Amino acid sequence: MAALYEGFTLCGLVQTQNASDSPIQGIELDGDSDHAVVTDSTRSVTLYKVSDQKPLGSWTVKQGQLLTCPAVFNFQTKEYVVVSDNKVIRVWKDEDLNLDKAFKATVTADVWRVHSAPGGEPVVLFQRGAVRFLDSLLSAPQQPVEDVLSEEEVIRWSTNIVAEEQHFVLFTTEQKGECCLYVQRLNPNTLQKYRLEREDSGASPLSFSASLQDKHLNLLYLYPNGCVYQSVVAARGYVGLEGVQALPRSLRLMVPVGEGELGAASAVALDEAHVAVVGVPHPSARTGKDFLCIWNTNFQTLQAGKEMAGRIHGQVWCYLGKLFVSHGKALSVIPYECQKSSLASALGKLRHTGLAVSKSSVAVPSWNTLLHGDQPQGPTKIVETRKSKLSRKSQSAQALTVEQVLELIKTGPVDEVQREVEALVSRGDAQDLQLSVGQLACHLVARSQAETAFYTPVALAQLVQTQFLCHSVCPGLLLLSLEHKDYFLCQLCLQLFPDIPEVVTCACLKTFISVPDGDVEMVSLEPDSVSFMEGLVGARGGQQNGFSPPLFEEDSCDTNHQPKPPQDKKNHTLQLEACPVGLHKAVLLNEVLQTPYSDNFLLPHLKDLDTQQVILFLQYLQFVYLKYSQDVYTQTPGLRSPTMTQIIDWVCLLLDAHFTVLVMAPDAKGLLSNLQSFVKSQVKLFSELGKIESSLQELHKMKLSKDISQYSIEVIELF
Amino acid sequence: MGEFKVHRVRFFDYMPTAIRAMAFNAHTERLALGRMDGSVEIFNFADRYFQEKVIPGKDSRSIEALCWVGGRLFSAGLNGEITEYDLETLRPKYSLEAYGGPIWTITSNSQGAHLAIGCEDGTVKLFEVLEESIQFERNLDRQKGRIISLSWHPSGTQIAAGMMDMIRVFDVPTGRAVQRLLVDRGFGGSKSRETVVWSVVFLSDCTIISGDSAGKVQVWDGHTGTLVKTHLVTKWDVLALSVSKDESSVVVGTSEGTVIQFQFIAPTLQQQQDKEWVRTRTFKNHTHDVRALAEIETAIVSGGMDTQLVVRPLLEKFDERSHASALRKIQFPHRNLVFCAKKAGLLLFQFPGQLELWRLGESDGHGKPGDSLPLKRKPEKLLHLKRKGEDHICCSALSSCGGWLAYSTMSSVRLYRLQTDNNDISISKVPKLPKILRSAHQLCFSSDSSKLFAASSQSSVLVIALSQSECKYVHTLKPKSGSRQPIHLMTNSVDGKWLATANSDCEIHVYNVQKLKLHCIVPVYGSCPSAMGIHPTTNNLTMVHADQQIFEYSIVEKQYTDWSRKLQKQGLHNLWLDRDTPVTHVTFNPKNPEQILLHDMHMFCIIDQSLPLPDQKTQFYNQMTLRSLSEQERPSHLHAFKICKTFQDLLSVSLLDDQSLVMVERPLLAITCQLPAPVRQKKFAT
Repeated sequence: MAALYEGFTLCGLVQTQNASDSPIQGIELDGDSDHAVVTDSTRSVTLYKVSDQKPLGSWTVKQGQLLTCPAVFNFQTKEYVVVSDNKVIRVWKDEDLNLDKAFKATVTADVWRVHSAPGGEPVVLFQRGAVRFLDSLLSAPQQPVEDVLSEEEVIRWSTNIVAEEQHFVLFTTEQKGECCLYVQRLNPNTLQKYRLEREDSGASPLSFSASLQDKHLNLLYLYPNGCVYQSVVAARGYVGLEGVQALPRSLRLMVPVGEGELGAASAVALDEAHVAVVGVPHPSARTGKDFLCIWNTNFQTLQAGKEMAGRIHGQVWCYLGKLFVSHGKALSVIPYECQKSSLASALGKLRHTGLAVSKSSVAVPSWNTLLHGDQPQGPTKIVETRKSKLSRKSQSAQALTVEQVLELIKTGPVDEVQREVEALVSRGDAQDLQLSVGQLACHLVARSQAETAFYTPVALAQLVQTQFLCHSVCPGLLLLSLEHKDYFLCQLCLQLFPDIPEVVTCACLKTFISVPDGDVEMVSLEPDSVSFMEGLVGARGGQQNGFSPPLFEEDSCDTNHQPKPPQDKKNHTLQLEACPVGLHKAVLLNEVLQTPYSDNFLLPHLKDLDTQQVILFLQYLQFVYLKYSQDVYTQTPGLRSPTMTQIIDWVCLLLDAHFTVLVMAPDAKGLLSNLQSFVKSQVKLFSELGKIESSLQELHKMKLSKDISQYSIEVIELF
Repeated sequence: MGEFKVHRVRFFDYMPTAIRAMAFNAHTERLALGRMDGSVEIFNFADRYFQEKVIPGKDSRSIEALCWVGGRLFSAGLNGEITEYDLETLRPKYSLEAYGGPIWTITSNSQGAHLAIGCEDGTVKLFEVLEESIQFERNLDRQKGRIISLSWHPSGTQIAAGMMDMIRVFDVPTGRAVQRLLVDRGFGGSKSRETVVWSVVFLSDCTIISGDSAGKVQVWDGHTGTLVKTHLVTKWDVLALSVSKDESSVVVGTSEGTVIQFQFIAPTLQQQQDKEWVRTRTFKNHTHDVRALAEIETAIVSGGMDTQLVVRPLLEKFDERSHASALRKIQFPHRNLVFCAKKAGLLLFQFPGQLELWRLGESDGHGKPGDSLPLKRKPEKLLHLKRKGEDHICCSALSSCGGWLAYSTMSSVRLYRLQTDNNDISISKVPKLPKILRSAHQLCFSSDSSKLFAASSQSSVLVIALSQSECKYVHTLKPKSGSRQPIHLMTNSVDGKWLATANSDCEIHVYNVQKLKLHCIVPVYGSCPSAMGIHPTTNNLTMVHADQQIFEYSIVEKQYTDWSRKLQKQGLHNLWLDRDTPVTHVTFNPKNPEQILLHDMHMFCIIDQSLPLPDQKTQFYNQMTLRSLSEQERPSHLHAFKICKTFQDLLSVSLLDDQSLVMVERPLLAITCQLPAPVRQKKFAT
């Protein structure tokens, strides 16, 4: 996901005479990450402290002179460099007040840009394509400068990129509608020319942006028709080819352009997957091309958009998590954030972080790591496996290999299969198990499904406990355990599988609710969750210290309207203290509550429950809610337990699915009114929280100025 | 060095009043500043903006505008009077009723021969400036509506007058109004309100620039009476305008607290000939109305409702960074308003309208450095003494035993006897003061409380003997130099033998009080002394000047001490010299004669003369470093200047006889809190 945060105005812009020109030439970084060097289109360079939106210094050239290139910061000498009137290079330091008194050098050819980046020496790119290091140029300013470009070829855009040991200057040129990319490598100097593919319309790109990713130079460019193309040039290795090469391109993104073509627009790559585009229309807002949008190029989705007031000059810079956009009469700074997008985060609720994190750490097999992940360590691993094979050979007298066990599973008797699987799991090393556990489980499930008599609960439980299994590896397992009423295995699966489909969750729920209490009480379940439930049921709210928390029965507004006889209430609370389901049943239901799910997928399956089941489940949820809100029981931090939010979510889901039925059912009436009151109390709680929010914030602020007394006697020490 | 118990006092509710007017005299480099309470302050811009003189206010006086004519200072106010000030006796020389109702503005022509005032009744009155006074000459054509602002054309033949909804241009020789420039009203709701032309300037090329209550700065052609350009700079009022000497720049002050600069430049590089007034820079150093403004050679000086004087240097006029190129804010007066009775533990606070006497609290606890000790007794306000008459208090004094209290206004000196037994306090006014004692610039008691010294006119000092029964005039100490300047600093020695005075001519005289004669004159240094003190045991006179130099002069030997010579030879540390507030108090530690205690607004410093002086490479503010070092390492890092910045916005530091320090702080935030609300401004996200 990506997000644009609330921006702020760094500075106002003075409108230039020619409205189409941007009032800003460039923004560059300073040595300080919070500084920005802004060069306007005429005469002045201003250094801003971005977080304070405050100018720290400003330098102006004399009337009659013109800055022709954005000022850059020389990271090595801590100086600023700018070019005025195309040929005069000026170098000055932070403390210099006057630009006219700064160091000046006049060179023989027109300069296009000076580029500088941390870790690299500044380079000067001339309008005719020659490139020089600033140092060497300043030591001999009058040196002749060769022409690299042909007569009518003009530079449109340029940048430089400094990698560990390499330094590139990239620039694009245009000549009679044909665009070329030049890649100048420095030290040793080589120049490579690429021809950009021509767009059908014959238009030339509006903007370029280059970045270094995985030792490749990525060039991103935006055409007026909204196409964002990417071209990749290898950074490493000398390309010995002479002459002009065609540069292949791939379409990364089609930005919807609305009516007409894009005018002043610009695109900049934020990371591998995100592109910020400015000066484009927002797909859902019909009018105007004055939006700043972040697009995900992998999924072609719009991640964030923001309307920029005033005319957009088609300029965007991106430095350290901030986008600088000049629009209207202001230069805005908009912080953004790009997170790695994953499908999992887009669909479904992720498992609650903080709960059982350790348990589910390696739950889903990662194909990447299995197939490619450990490539660099390849040889050593082979050695290891050989070793283990050797050791296995020595053991082969007693134990069977995975293949043999798999064969055995197909035909062997229950006891033997159980024993062999156990042996295999207990001695196997993690790397091997990852693959074999899945195979074993699948084979076991397949046989069990085929033969009703064959079922190996212990072996399966052991396989699940290795934590290498997940639902998608062995889809039949959970349903199989349900079929065989193996509730212990069900519980394990629910706890350890991160990817149980909602339909299976629902099936589990249905089974658990409808199972008679007697059946379940005999089953041995995971002890931790049982002890949690025992604690919950055992805790007698309101009796321990004679204080009964007013969360439920008070409801001042309620009582005001329709005062109820106090006796009623008492009965009510007492009645609710009994757990509507048996202990073990409750444990199983808790597991369901904690299973990850996505509302949209769960809802249709929830409708399969019948009314009685729903009422029972709701009663149980209400019971847990009340227990929680009474807060008498002390929550043991280590125990796995459903959170308040999960309970509320489930209540809402159930009500959503069955509301019409419940309204009609006479025995649900009391329940519903109770639920309504606890929704009310939640609403009230949040509104109260909202009320004190600002007071708490004030408290936070007050911390700083604790010493405001009118008089105090203090002790100081001077050294 | 050691621990000190500090009484951190914040109950002095000192509140400066808003700045209403200012006038800069480029010739003498003095800035005259008029405040709402009618007081006038003179700052010497050639001497680190030192506040040289203060003319105390008066209830009935109001200052709407100030104006220099040569070295003479005039003011006019809504009481309808023109006042000329005597800058030597620090009192109004004379006041003249102008008979035109309240006066809004006063301005002199560039020749210095005439003053023009703008009156409520719509007249512009011309006064001739005579040798010793001014004389009414004539009225220009009377207009309907008040005259708010005036500006002479440099030739002196025309005057532009800002009025309600219009600007009039008068021909001075005939007195006729020759032009009538109509000023538009504001938009929206303010359409029905008259536009007040708060300020005008008349340039030598006959351009008139005006600032008005609709937030506009307008440029007019004075020949044709046409509007050339309108700059809408604020939603609120444009209150003040000031033009630079070369007329290439105009600054305006607004109600939003901003100062905006306009420059006369060519808008494009190609057409250098067609210059126009272009808005260039905006400075925001004030929170409230900028009521007074002056553009001087290298800086913009502004002041207003938020009571502070801001000197904003124009950086392009400086080649190198120095103290002059730094922003200066002058918030506190450069003189003492707090007096401490060292023996009795009493504090006297001087307000323009009253005096407050407080007894400090007590604590018998001990604590680690950084601790606050529990209070055994809270501080107590013993006395609230309102002044008599309408003149504001200009100086006061408290004897160190706490038995005497004196204050002076422009018209009278009052002396009180204080008696405190435990919790009761009785105050009795001493009747029948000597006739000669009519007013004083400075007052001070001798340390044994047997004498009162009063600084009188022409740098003379009256010596009054005090006893239980009576007080009588003893002698007048007169300087030999014949200086007519007022004394602004006075101090005496603990042994009662010496009295030192400093005046605005930078002269320091040392008198022998026992022999009642002048002992010596300290060599005159170019910068005004801002604080001085006589050492209790060695009788060395320590002086700190406005330019931050420190001298120590041996009164007995009549020469600078070796330490002072060493200090001057080596030079003070740059960080010391670059500080932007003057030292306002020098005191000593009688238990440790090596120590000199100084303070300015932002720091408190103990100079230990036994330690080596810091050179330029030494870490100057080294207290934090020293704290982190071990006992053994410390001595090698010590230097003479021990600076403590824990206490900020300091008005006074003194050392009681029980070795505890009294720090009187007046947090600027507390002052800001008491200001009226500023104009509402749309802030981000509100």
